[in-house]
Amino acid sequence: MKILTLHKLSFWKIVSLIIIAVGSYSTYIRIVYGLGAATNLNDAFPWGLWIGFDILCGVGLAAGGFTICAVTHIFNIGKFKPLTRPAILTAFLGYVFVIIALLFDLGKPYNIWHAIIMWNPHSVMFEVAWCVMLYTTVLFLEFSPIILERFRLNKIYSVLRRFLIPIMMLGILLSTLHQSSLGSLYLIIPEKMNPLWYSALLPLYFYISAIGVGFAIIIFEAYLSARAFNHNIKLNLLSSISKVTFVTLILNLLIKAFDIIISGKVKYLIAPSSGLYMFYLEIVIGTIIPVILLSNKKYRENRMWLYIISVFVIIGFLLNRLNVSITSLTNFTQYSYFPSIHEISITMMIIVVGMWAFGLIIKNFPVFSENEIQGNDIQLDSEKLILSK
Amino acid sequence: MIRQKGILFDSTVCAGCGECYNACKKQNNNPETNKDYLKDHLSADTFTVVEDYNNVYTRKMCMHCAKPACVSVCPVGAFKKTEIGAVIYDSDKCIGCRYCMQACPHHIPRYEWKKNNPRIKKCIMCYEKIFRGEGTACSEACPTGATLFGNTDELKKEAWKRIRENPDSYYPEIFGDDEVGGSNIMVIASVPFDKLGFASNLPKEPLPDYTAKALDKIPGVIGFGGAFLTGMYFLTKRKNQIAREEKVLEKEQYK
Repeated sequence: MKILTLHKLSFWKIVSLIIIAVGSYSTYIRIVYGLGAATNLNDAFPWGLWIGFDILCGVGLAAGGFTICAVTHIFNIGKFKPLTRPAILTAFLGYVFVIIALLFDLGKPYNIWHAIIMWNPHSVMFEVAWCVMLYTTVLFLEFSPIILERFRLNKIYSVLRRFLIPIMMLGILLSTLHQSSLGSLYLIIPEKMNPLWYSALLPLYFYISAIGVGFAIIIFEAYLSARAFNHNIKLNLLSSISKVTFVTLILNLLIKAFDIIISGKVKYLIAPSSGLYMFYLEIVIGTIIPVILLSNKKYRENRMWLYIISVFVIIGFLLNRLNVSITSLTNFTQYSYFPSIHEISITMMIIVVGMWAFGLIIKNFPVFSENEIQGNDIQLDSEKLILSK
Repeated sequence: MIRQKGILFDSTVCAGCGECYNACKKQNNNPETNKDYLKDHLSADTFTVVEDYNNVYTRKMCMHCAKPACVSVCPVGAFKKTEIGAVIYDSDKCIGCRYCMQACPHHIPRYEWKKNNPRIKKCIMCYEKIFRGEGTACSEACPTGATLFGNTDELKKEAWKRIRENPDSYYPEIFGDDEVGGSNIMVIASVPFDKLGFASNLPKEPLPDYTAKALDKIPGVIGFGGAFLTGMYFLTKRKNQIAREEKVLEKEQYK
């Protein structure tokens, strides 16, 4: 048995190392030869996988951080507190790696700081840039109690604690703004986008779906970390938050249905277009299937099924973001973009490094501990930082 | 007050000689990109092209919109609509996000994909020449008068005059009159503009207005959201406190 687990571990370690090696080579190509050599982007298709997946999906999947804070610290529903720390860590790492991905995508990454001093308040991108900067700082502050607890810096913690609620409120507001604004980015291209996805309500869709997928990610992660690290989270907590996802899925579907009817887009639901199948795929996988499963108590109160449902919701979410950012534009541009090997390998490398960082942090910091700091009675197994298995 | 400058391109007068193409290349020190100028396309080294649609010639170049999408979307304000109407770009500010390319309704900005210090490239209406009181390189080179440089209000009057006086030779609209709020470059032709490769589904409303509607809601979201969160926090906290007190009371009663 022990040999088996060892083999399993080294298998994933080898795969990770290969991904990082290939990703490093792609990074070299990207830095030395530029975007043209590293990507399949061109003048007709200036935004590809790195914007559509790394940024849009990355930020969306990190939404669990603000939603769970709202539940536990603003609505004061204490029983969900065990979910808070892993969700905040996921969100924090998510944003850090989104910013790293952005550095790959920007033509002049060394100018990224320009948004701090060169303002254009008419730009949605400017607003997103500021929100992401501020919210990443907020996430660091929200995560810092775990660091302070680990190193027993109780005095600093007691100061920080006084500001934690306003900091969390700020985080929720910033998230509301930029989660929706990622949808607003596309408001300016009504003539280029497939009408199935273009809508004045894009920001609302993005916001609601981010809340839904944020809770799905928490369920997804709880299942995996229960298997990997033996941190079992109570099933009834996961069932409860799955109801929130259920509501967001139905809400988004209803608004979308009314939106399509009112703005006279029903004809596009049957007219053949390059994105039609992708539209239905997104709706069926991301909304219909999880809604049917979640409405049944048998599936909603089963660990394995909850995990499967969360996978559906997450895949549906990814499909939605990629459809908005890529599929919906292919009709207009007459160019069918598919990411290059370098775009894919860099994306995979970022994911692998992100997961590795997550694993390293939960091994060394009390992420899964339910207790918040209480005087000096914190007990840690080891004082040393654990750097590998 | 400085009057807005622009270009009227009259496709019916254009002979497709390519002098504008050559003059633009020379003015901007751009290298040769195609032996046959009629087969060339816009790129980081080509800011204007002449296109042949069954012996109807047209030009493609930056339209210098009255309310440009590129200016509104650039997060660092690298694009600017100048007083004279030219839309210009500052590569020192640019961070390379390429939102301008994504947003442009006329699909104009081009990128230096092969460089690792890439810039956006497009027609800048020779604005340095214009400031000196000259015309654009393309208009000065045009032998037939198809590319006319001047004040936009006068050019628009001229365009309508030509359409009115020769209704048989013109499609009765100006491309750039009210597309996405109008532009400083205007095109008139004998055929509908979608036959010449211009976008036919452009809204009349300036595109930045679409995002403005969303951005205008930010103060409301912050105000209402902040009040809502604060309210909920104190409300639920009080509720929990009451619940705790009741529990204590219950326990005492059982004692």
